[in-house]
Amino acid sequence: MSAFDLQKKLVSGDLKVTEAANLFLSQHEQVDSKVNAFVELEKEKVLKQAQALDELSAEQRQSKKLFGVPVAIKDNICVEGTETNCASKILKGFTAPYDATVISKLKEAGAILYGRTNMDEFAMGSSTETSSIKKTANPWDLERIPGGSSGGAAASVASGQVPLSIGSDTGGSIRQPAALCGVVGFKPTYGRVSRYGLIAFASSLDQIGPFARDVKDAALLLDVLAGADPKDSTCSEEAVPNYLEAIDKDLSGLTAGIPEEYFIEGIDPEVEAKVKEAIAQLEKQGVKIEKVSLPHTKYAVSTYYIVATAEASSNLARYDGVRYGIRSAEAKNLNDLYFQTRTQGFGDEVKRRIMLGTYVLSAGYYDAYYLKALKVRTLMKQDFDNAFKKVDFIVTPTSPTPAFKMGEKVDNPLSMYLSDIFTISANLAGLPGVSIPCGLTQENLPVGLQLIGKPFGEETLLQVGHQFQQATDHHKQSPLL
Amino acid sequence: MKYEPVIGLEVHVQLDTKTKLFCGCSTAFGARANSQICPVCIGLPGVLPVLNKEAVNLSIKTGLSLECTIAPFSKFDRKNYFYPDLPKAYQVSQFDLPVNLNGKLEIQVDGKSKVIGITRAHLEEDAGKLNHDETGTGDSGVDYNRGGIPLLEIVSEPDMRSPEEAYAYLKALKAILEYIAVSDCNMEQGSLRCDANISLRPEGQEKFGTRAEIKNLNSFRNVQKAIYYEMDRQAKMLDAGERVVQETRLYDAVSGKTRSMRSKEEANDYRYFPEPDLVPLVIDSAWSDSIKATLPELPQAKKARFVKEFELPEYDAGVLTTEIPLANYFEECVKEGAKPKVVSNWVLSELLRKLNDNNESIETCKIKPKMICEMLNLIDKGTISGKIAKTVFKEMFESGGSPEKIVQEKGLVQIADTGEIDQIIEQVLSDNTKSVEDFRGGKKNAFGFLVGQVMKASRGKANPQMVNQILGEKLK
Repeated sequence: MSAFDLQKKLVSGDLKVTEAANLFLSQHEQVDSKVNAFVELEKEKVLKQAQALDELSAEQRQSKKLFGVPVAIKDNICVEGTETNCASKILKGFTAPYDATVISKLKEAGAILYGRTNMDEFAMGSSTETSSIKKTANPWDLERIPGGSSGGAAASVASGQVPLSIGSDTGGSIRQPAALCGVVGFKPTYGRVSRYGLIAFASSLDQIGPFARDVKDAALLLDVLAGADPKDSTCSEEAVPNYLEAIDKDLSGLTAGIPEEYFIEGIDPEVEAKVKEAIAQLEKQGVKIEKVSLPHTKYAVSTYYIVATAEASSNLARYDGVRYGIRSAEAKNLNDLYFQTRTQGFGDEVKRRIMLGTYVLSAGYYDAYYLKALKVRTLMKQDFDNAFKKVDFIVTPTSPTPAFKMGEKVDNPLSMYLSDIFTISANLAGLPGVSIPCGLTQENLPVGLQLIGKPFGEETLLQVGHQFQQATDHHKQSPLL
Repeated sequence: MKYEPVIGLEVHVQLDTKTKLFCGCSTAFGARANSQICPVCIGLPGVLPVLNKEAVNLSIKTGLSLECTIAPFSKFDRKNYFYPDLPKAYQVSQFDLPVNLNGKLEIQVDGKSKVIGITRAHLEEDAGKLNHDETGTGDSGVDYNRGGIPLLEIVSEPDMRSPEEAYAYLKALKAILEYIAVSDCNMEQGSLRCDANISLRPEGQEKFGTRAEIKNLNSFRNVQKAIYYEMDRQAKMLDAGERVVQETRLYDAVSGKTRSMRSKEEANDYRYFPEPDLVPLVIDSAWSDSIKATLPELPQAKKARFVKEFELPEYDAGVLTTEIPLANYFEECVKEGAKPKVVSNWVLSELLRKLNDNNESIETCKIKPKMICEMLNLIDKGTISGKIAKTVFKEMFESGGSPEKIVQEKGLVQIADTGEIDQIIEQVLSDNTKSVEDFRGGKKNAFGFLVGQVMKASRGKANPQMVNQILGEKLK
């Protein structure tokens, strides 16, 4: 059942919130020992929320857009009184004393905060393998990775444990795992959703967004998450449209841009074929297809790994063992305290990125790397601006390959970084992007179709995605667990 | 060789806002450690800063008062370094695009005016404070109450050429900051802090020498002393053919010396980059104009007006305009009808000394402007002499009583009765026949002695003019 239908049923009282919660908990018990999507899920906490919601009057239920719907939370979004670790040893024992803005909004909307999902440490990775807590499996093939960094969030929805979850996307961390797990993952425009309470990886790129089985559910959740926040000055004042109304319009009159730079060598032929089929389907539904060029795409990965690591090196500097999280017991003096704590607390990928980021900001290298990356970022934005003069949205594959095997790329950071090659540009340009299931490979692995929109063009993406799903049933496929 | 010092000052001013720069915590001084903190100012994971608009208002106000250009577009940057008092391991500051640029400040040294350039004034957040256990456990604690308090760092051009100019610059800057009420400028509480950059160059040379940056200067006098010390230290090195190294030095107020803290090579690479959690600060002319409208008359303008309007000497006007309350006090007295120069004399000599001796401020002073005028009227009417007025003044300062009442109660009314004065003089003349002879024999200063004796005999109450006149006639 979709979150949309579930909410209706719960509001009407046909189904008790507690009953629904128990059904999800039993699915969790059945499958999560195999999938390992969650790093924490306390049955009592879930049922306590459910009971409280069941006590609300019919009138109170009506106004709650997510009444009784469980939403899983990525381990980098702060929930008051709950441990939040970013899947890192260094934040072990850190309990957030406040709610992220999105958490307050979920509570207000009557959602059940349903456990914390696994992720790459500090959201740095594309396979959830850098988590210090556990490895999450792809529900479609337990030997494969679910994508990352929001691998747990994607897998929790794909394995039917929750109808909705929220993740964060810095370079593709929502869209890539959504593609690899066969669910919908939406990264909003930078500034559409408040970042307050999201533990920062790269502040100018991070955005929180929804995971769902279908686009309509994603629209429902985004509707709750989006909007201005006085606690986040980078969050936009732009009015939030009614996403659920927007999705019902047909696609005639819309033009899709197909960037030649995204259909490159190295892309898996099956992925390419599925995406092209989907494009043909959109054309059939009345979308005009046009070629566009995004000439600076080739610099996306290198630009991203300068900007993102530079910001990360600064954002992660606060984990010094002085105030919270772990503190090395062996340290003899202050410098040693920093050194030991960070050596013991961070994993290899995080250390690699902190060093890279520190390097690109260092005196003598700043101009050649960081400053240049900022300039390229501007050029990439211009590429999109130019393309959007001709087209309403852009269609690309989400990931160049389907889910790969666990361990396959872990020792080769560069090849791992390339799995975000199609998603990174939207972050650098601050644009909304969504991944929608568009079929399965012969090995029964999901393929994702990415739609990239204009700034604050969420409505168009949701409309196109929903209409596509009305005409197809890729999103109705489920893994056998 | 003779050297000329080249001095530039960096002044950190704590802006007098109710809440911190990026969160709603109180900025009150002296609270229990870590009682004024929140997730934002202790940099907990996930938090974001939100700029305090009042801090921007006060920055603009300062910039306008220092004749700076208010940048229509400025931004914040992160200054990255590790230290336990810096909870995010970076300080949010302004690097290449500060809010205020290219200002100036006029100073007076030895009666001469000089304009000191202001390079920039930028907004930044303060750090916390480390407290070390003194009992030998080696434990240290951090108090984050101060962390996140708004500071404006005002950087001068290296335009000062003597310790006195540096001192005058600080005095003039403080006067302005107090005038516009952007900071309480309390050095003991750290709301005003100063670092000095100083280098020497042979007289006549244009090129600057290598500079040292002096920190830990906790009073204006110490800034002056530290610069003298540095001038001496650097001159000795240069004379000995040694090279001055670029470094940061700490001033020790007890020994009056500076010592090396870290060299340029050991200096941090702060890896400044734009703060992605804040949007650029855009100040349109409407905003800065609205602040401009709130600016009071500044010290220089007030001083010039006092000279012109009240015909005061430069010196008097300068002292009277160091603080707004004092200037207001003076103007109040004039408004009450007192003669400007006469009030100025009383304020500058008696009042300021009394305030200083009793560690009191003009605001709490018991002598109100009206009372000074009443006292001056009593002198004018001849009820009391100038000398007795001082006694009355002292009494007014202590009790706050009206001058007339004091004069009545203490029987301080001046003796202006010719017969009474005549009697006293007769008595003095018969008691001091030697002096009378001396005077008549040509010793003119015996006259002064006799006047003194008359005043003494009248317990200061005799009208001095009358004493002079009558005594003069009697000795003819």
